[in-house]
Amino acid sequence: MSVMITSPSTDRRRWLEQILATLGLGFSLPTLETRAAARRGSKRPTSLITLFLAGGPSQLETWDPHPGSAVGGPTKAIATRLPGLKIAADFQQTAEVINELSVIRSLVSREGDHQRGVYLVKTGYRPDQTLTHPSVGAILAKERWNAKIAIPQHVSLGSDQRPARGGFLGAQYDAYKIYNPGGRLRNIASRANNSRQRRRLDGLDVVSRTFRRGRAVAVRATQHQLMVDRALTMMNADQLKAFQLDLDDESQSTIDLYGDSRFGRGCLVARRLVQAGVRAIEVTLPGWDTHANNFEGHREQAGILDPALFALITDLKQHDLLDSTIVLVLGEFGRTPTVNPLDGRDHWPHGFSCLVGGGGLATGRVLGATDPTGRNRKPTRPIEIADLFATILSRMGVKHDKEMITPIGRPMAYCEGTPIPGLL
Amino acid sequence: MTVLRRLVPLLLVAAALLAMIQTISGRKTTNISTPATVSKQFAVDLTTEKIDQWFAARWTSEQITPATTAAPLAILRRLSLALHGTVPSLEELREFDADDRPQKLERWTQRLLTDSRCPTYLSERLGRALVGADEGPFLAFRRDRFHAWLGEQIAADRPWDRIVTELVSGRGLPTGNPETNFITIAQIDEEIDAELLAGRSVRAFLGQRIDCAQCHDHFFDPRWKQVHFQGLAAFFSPVRFTPLGVDDGDRQFQVTDHADDTSRVVSPGVPFGSEWLPEGGSARQRFAAWLTDERNERFDRAIVNRLWGLMFGRPFHAPIDDLPDPGDPATVPLDLIARDFRDHRRSLKWLVHVIASSRPFRLDSRPNPQARQSTPDEISSEELRGQEEAWAIFPLIRLRPEQVIGAMLQAGSIKTIDRHSHLFTRARRFFGEQNFVQEYGDLGDEELSEQTGTIPQALLRMNGELARELIQPGLLSATTTIAKATVDDNALCLRTCFEVCLGRQPVAEESEVLGGWLTGTRGEQREQAVEDIFWTLFNSPEFSWNH
Repeated sequence: MSVMITSPSTDRRRWLEQILATLGLGFSLPTLETRAAARRGSKRPTSLITLFLAGGPSQLETWDPHPGSAVGGPTKAIATRLPGLKIAADFQQTAEVINELSVIRSLVSREGDHQRGVYLVKTGYRPDQTLTHPSVGAILAKERWNAKIAIPQHVSLGSDQRPARGGFLGAQYDAYKIYNPGGRLRNIASRANNSRQRRRLDGLDVVSRTFRRGRAVAVRATQHQLMVDRALTMMNADQLKAFQLDLDDESQSTIDLYGDSRFGRGCLVARRLVQAGVRAIEVTLPGWDTHANNFEGHREQAGILDPALFALITDLKQHDLLDSTIVLVLGEFGRTPTVNPLDGRDHWPHGFSCLVGGGGLATGRVLGATDPTGRNRKPTRPIEIADLFATILSRMGVKHDKEMITPIGRPMAYCEGTPIPGLL
Repeated sequence: MTVLRRLVPLLLVAAALLAMIQTISGRKTTNISTPATVSKQFAVDLTTEKIDQWFAARWTSEQITPATTAAPLAILRRLSLALHGTVPSLEELREFDADDRPQKLERWTQRLLTDSRCPTYLSERLGRALVGADEGPFLAFRRDRFHAWLGEQIAADRPWDRIVTELVSGRGLPTGNPETNFITIAQIDEEIDAELLAGRSVRAFLGQRIDCAQCHDHFFDPRWKQVHFQGLAAFFSPVRFTPLGVDDGDRQFQVTDHADDTSRVVSPGVPFGSEWLPEGGSARQRFAAWLTDERNERFDRAIVNRLWGLMFGRPFHAPIDDLPDPGDPATVPLDLIARDFRDHRRSLKWLVHVIASSRPFRLDSRPNPQARQSTPDEISSEELRGQEEAWAIFPLIRLRPEQVIGAMLQAGSIKTIDRHSHLFTRARRFFGEQNFVQEYGDLGDEELSEQTGTIPQALLRMNGELARELIQPGLLSATTTIAKATVDDNALCLRTCFEVCLGRQPVAEESEVLGGWLTGTRGEQREQAVEDIFWTLFNSPEFSWNH
């Protein structure tokens, strides 16, 4: 947990001033950059950025094309910086940086429905009616809580219908949702001017005191005051600047590099959040559910993802942050090898792809393969989502099989997978 | 004509304003009337006497001095939050205050149950246990229809066993026969998932969690074996969803033994009480008959525990779906109420009356000042926990998102928001509630787990768009109306703000500080002062916690 507040609420403003004075000094991008850079080497990575491709991207139109085969469709493949690796031709920019990452072409899931599939690829577990598992981001936020920052440790950028949740770890680890990255933050600015805000807070002290009278212990346990105080701290935190893209502290060429899209801006904000010390960030690009016009749909999606992914990897590298940041590019499942009568591909959880790298993970590996004839449903060397998460958690210094006692009294490991040897 | 066209909206606004002003001054009442006496079917004295005796004995043996009885207005607030999902309106508060006939709380419980807001709200709450909070399969699942149907059953006070029988064995389309949504929500990849339905049925209707036994014998609870789970799932195996709706085919339940990769057919079977299982009927009908059999004590205990949870915000026994066996000394009140519930045609309304009349529901949320030498504020956390566990004090429970927004909307309206309200008011409530709940964070299925608030929630209350809209001055807004209607009476102004938001009057210190903001104000300044008072009260712990 971050700074615990023990002073009585009447002293709140004095306390706030102290905190703000400290935080004000804490945020300056070059300083943090240097710090992040200083942490690399043998140190553990500090952040995870997940680019979440919602709807289920086709492995055949992204990282696992099979041109000229029974299942390949019209998609062409191009060579990349990694000798021998070919990816779909619409990812020309990604092809230039993919050597910084590894490709897994044999992910398997058992969920072919969007909601259930998203649950599995965000938590590593299948949906369970008796409890909600925490997402990997929530686990990182809890286990590697950064007490130095006053903004959320777990952030979801872009329009995601199913943002990552804290599950049984508690709602305080839910991803903080930003629908329009780079834009004005919702609910952050006070709606009253300073003098009225002061009056309101004074009044709040008085009314809270009445309620505490006779029930101080129970009211303290509600942590209501603590949350109000933390919210006030956050409203004034200098680190909020990391969410903003209108401060002239990013060059126009950097902004342009990411592409003119909500997702591109999300990726840039993600890099700024990493600099600010945020642990887990997911940036969502919806629109991959191409039951009809699969090839056209994927070409459009690639037009957004390709520049943004290229920019993110390049930018992280330039800021010397790629060694301390794991980047994961993943959707809830892949799409069928067969093409349906609407020129679409349907849901396919039996063998799909992701990109993962940075943070000191092995680079340039290509794991697993799918069958170009489409006859074998099972890919070679199938890899479970839980194995992927075990890899990420252990690389980030979190014991992936740590057992938590859930609210229903049932012990539950953070992750039931095993780290993938080829990636560590 | 032109003059008339201009006059009509003005007259309408004037009429609305007049109605609000009458409410503030206590001259206007609601459309619903409070019954003069409690209906005979809701006489619950014999049951409450038994459970109150049990609690009294427990407190004595544990040497706990229970809290004193809470103020009637505080109890009305609890009832209103539990049954309508909002705080009482000013109209209701004023009427409640003026009501001096006997059995006031009992009669008001009946009134709240009769109100159309009750089935609407309770169906949403109870629906969570029945169909969860997932989106469900597109087209096959219609949450709106399901809630409307469940609301009708609650309003008609349909016996719980009848409701459950229809849920479990219903047939037809999810639109025309909305009870079948209980089945169609379990459609995964075009198939109805029999195991999911078995797990949910046992949790929702029997208060037992046997899901672990889906994969292995329960590790901690020797009562539940994997064969039990499989036998229960087999009841749902024949069910299918076709273009004609839900019906029963002849699919058998097959399980695969992973050891040797062989599969075998499992027949429907029950873990206990096999003599209650009828011979005839479809598999689902047989299962429903077994669940609801009068000898199946778990069935009645489960709903008693769940409604207790909805009323208090905390079930009598937690986790809500992991109850000990009937007769367990820790859950005697559940047995006592369950038995009488069965004898009262398993009426949910009767059950609400029992819980609302019980001693624990009416206790204060502050420890009894007589209990200790020192002041109640010095009670230790352990002591408090002990009192809460023994139900010797009303627990502080965080309001659900729907309750927070419901309370804000109601406080920002003065007049009661119900089905008689203007379409615009109801639409604002509907959309405002949806957006707010989404941003505040829906609790999903885990609605009765106890959690503290979060920073984004505090930000939403303090700076959110809806909160601002509700309290900013404007024609017909509560703040402007109160500021204008009480222009010569600062005390009445402050009192009204406190009543609509917190359901109580201000204490001296509050009158001094918050009342001071009103001193010497006129016009816009006064409206801003009232706005600031509303903001303060909306953000207080007292507003967003049940007490």
